[in-house]
Amino acid sequence: MSPRDMASPSRRGFLKTSGAAGLMLAFHIPFAGDAAAQGAPAAPEVNAWVVVKPDDTIVIRIARSEMGQGTLTGLAQLVAEELDADWTKVTTEYPTPGQNLARNRVWGSHARGGSRGIRESNEYVRKGGAAARMMLVQAAAAEWKVPASECVAANSVITHTPSGRKTSYGKVAIAAGKLTAPAAADVALKDPKQWKLAGKRMARLDTVKKTDGSQIYGMDLTMPGMLNAAIKDCPVFGGKVKSFDAAAIEKRPGVKKVLQVGDSAVAVVADTWWRARTALDALPIVWDEGPNAKLSSADVAATLKAGLDANDAVVGNQSGDARAAIAASVRKVEAVYSFPYQNHATMEVMNATAKWTPELCEVWTPTQNGEAALATAAEAAGLPPAKCDVYKLHLGGGFGRRGAVHDWVRQVVEIAKAMPGTPVKLIWTREEDMLHGRYHPVTQCKLTAGLDAKGEVTGFHMRISGQSILASVAPQSIKDGKDPVVFQGLNTPGPEASIGYAFPAILVDHAMRNPPVPVGFWRGVNLNQNTVYLECFIDEIAHATKQDPLALRRKLMANSPKHLAVLNAVAARAGWDKKPAKGIYRGLAVTMGFGSYVAACAEVSVGKDGKVKIHRIVAATDSGYAVNPQQIEAQVEGSFVYGLSAALYGECTLKNGRMEQDNFSSYPVLHMDEMPKVETIVMPSGGFWGGVGEPTIAVAAPAVLNAIFAATGKRIRDLPLKNHSLKA
Amino acid sequence: MAKLNVNGVVREFEVEDDTPLLWVLREQLGLTGTKYGCGIAQCGACTVHIDGEPTRTCVRPVSTVTAAQKIVTIEGLSKDGSHPVQKAWAALDVPQCGFCQSGMIMAAAALLKQKPKPTDADIDSAMTNICRCGTYNRVRAAIHVVAKGGDVKSAGLAIQTEGSKA
Repeated sequence: MSPRDMASPSRRGFLKTSGAAGLMLAFHIPFAGDAAAQGAPAAPEVNAWVVVKPDDTIVIRIARSEMGQGTLTGLAQLVAEELDADWTKVTTEYPTPGQNLARNRVWGSHARGGSRGIRESNEYVRKGGAAARMMLVQAAAAEWKVPASECVAANSVITHTPSGRKTSYGKVAIAAGKLTAPAAADVALKDPKQWKLAGKRMARLDTVKKTDGSQIYGMDLTMPGMLNAAIKDCPVFGGKVKSFDAAAIEKRPGVKKVLQVGDSAVAVVADTWWRARTALDALPIVWDEGPNAKLSSADVAATLKAGLDANDAVVGNQSGDARAAIAASVRKVEAVYSFPYQNHATMEVMNATAKWTPELCEVWTPTQNGEAALATAAEAAGLPPAKCDVYKLHLGGGFGRRGAVHDWVRQVVEIAKAMPGTPVKLIWTREEDMLHGRYHPVTQCKLTAGLDAKGEVTGFHMRISGQSILASVAPQSIKDGKDPVVFQGLNTPGPEASIGYAFPAILVDHAMRNPPVPVGFWRGVNLNQNTVYLECFIDEIAHATKQDPLALRRKLMANSPKHLAVLNAVAARAGWDKKPAKGIYRGLAVTMGFGSYVAACAEVSVGKDGKVKIHRIVAATDSGYAVNPQQIEAQVEGSFVYGLSAALYGECTLKNGRMEQDNFSSYPVLHMDEMPKVETIVMPSGGFWGGVGEPTIAVAAPAVLNAIFAATGKRIRDLPLKNHSLKA
Repeated sequence: MAKLNVNGVVREFEVEDDTPLLWVLREQLGLTGTKYGCGIAQCGACTVHIDGEPTRTCVRPVSTVTAAQKIVTIEGLSKDGSHPVQKAWAALDVPQCGFCQSGMIMAAAALLKQKPKPTDADIDSAMTNICRCGTYNRVRAAIHVVAKGGDVKSAGLAIQTEGSKA
């Protein structure tokens, strides 16, 4: 433990013990002054991923954040599988980003987004588990003075096969931790066919605490001497604080400080959050609304519309001469679609706690990317990253909001910096959260298909016009004017986000138009609207050429067997070849993204009053490997809630430079009574690792929109559905 | 000085009359299992029982609750997580991020007390809590499990707690 660690009471309270190889951090939330934990005996670290305690408890270190998606359990399953661990003794903890930095990024990336938790890190975490097993076996063999090759491990027990001697992981862990780790090349991984823990329908490790109120989220953190802050940022994008009358509220009960944060926000710090919030509501603030004070959704739509025919487009996917093929075609099908701004609306609003001194800045926050949070904290603190750390707390939802941009971390550190030595917890109101999102970007899309005399597609053009996420969050990643994220699901055949349809000539291009609204990665990202555009338009072609939507897809996807397999799976389960019950209509959608292939078949009815009821959705997922099928089912079901909330209701509209929706009253989401029955087919075909948290969202909306068209003959091209009447 | 009976204990504290019960529970009494989600009684994350009635506490001024009324929060639903609703929730791995689940569980417990065998329509009208992760179908399944006396198998959702021996 470094002197700096010892100097911080809050950090000392956070730490349990230090092993020879470094600090061991408690996964649970440590209220300061956990003396028992400090006095506990050192628990040996076998390697960076695995700690085994003398009582055989196994602590698996998890670098990726748990935000509901089950990664914590899935990654632990993978490590425990290779470790041959007794699952009933497995627990987990997060290393901190500061520890990762201090140990040369031994745990790799902390980023959690893009459905990458398992697909990106599975190999090195499995190797971590396998290497730890090899070292434990080696230690037992050395103690027995027998060759390691004569020993086998199972369920946390090592057996010397010839003599039948046995020992447990806990008994040899200290000796194992002193051994040299095997070279990565010498660490063999199991064939997934032999898995006993991974691939099984294991219960989550984090459920019980979520049923009795004991799970601590960022918002729930308390520490001695902590104050609470509420904040109001200028509601107009790009606006600033002109003035505020602190004297008007400074004498209110509990108020400790009223301060400007950055150039656009004002915060009130009080003993309780409710007092801070009510004082802030009473604070007279004059805003300089800046250059966007008159911006409206109509302005944004007009800008994007102009981009549909502009010449400054960047090509994302091109094969053959689609424009010429379309120009020479016998017949054209053309349609323009649009997709609005949407808010993540995580159930837990943005929040963080910070404590700043000239020597050390500590931040406790729910984040999808601890390392990015650390970088933001260090910048705001005016300290080098080595003098800062971030403790990740459980997330009440992430969906991309808590990943790329840590605006709330910047705010809390600036507030804490104004009160050195005092921990301050900042909680946004729901209204602040709605007005200062990192919104799902707006795009419009013009799709054109040229057809020959037989109705076969000869050329296909998708022109996307609209906002780039990378231009907003990581402009340095834009090369030659191209934001590859814009083309998700529309790429050439390959391992990621590829289009499954083969056209004789195809052109997908993007005219970048960036309104002054902050955008970000929103669960499913651009795959969401791209799949709406493509899958609804394929239905339009089917309708225009009097083909069955399934038959047309099968024909165009003949060379994309994985796309085709999930499509066929939902069609078979839904009974596409049989007529649905009276009044029920079906729609299909299929896509590939985040490494996985997904399809959905929705069954809906539309009443004479125009009311849509989604009765049943059949969904299929091929994620290559399936680490925990029951959690994949949970992710798929959840994806329909997120995707259908967006399709039915999700829309943030601009008026006078600010978002008009400020709470669930004006930004409705799907409720229980609207939730369809979901039948999930998990069909891992092996040989690749795909994500499961996002891809299904993309097929939710188009499957339902296509079913609505089947029911009503009305083609909805502008989301959300709430803006359209489906009355007969 | 306000006085409340929370989870069977009468507690006294200083607070402004118009403070929502939610923030008294969270900040004065340290019961953070009850969550702030919207502040306008839309999402249900702040649901507790007041004399058995599911109540959204984010809009309920503390001054409108008397010490004679019995408040039960998620922390007081059972001593050890053994309430049938909590057990069904754990058995079906209902929570994802879990933030809305205290409110879900309190709403479900109140529903089941009132209607031990709720229909799907009863569940639809009682369970108006918002979940963004999308646990609605497992919430429904877990309520039916409780109605069937804790018969987890009836949900048809095989979940293992131990690795396979193969």
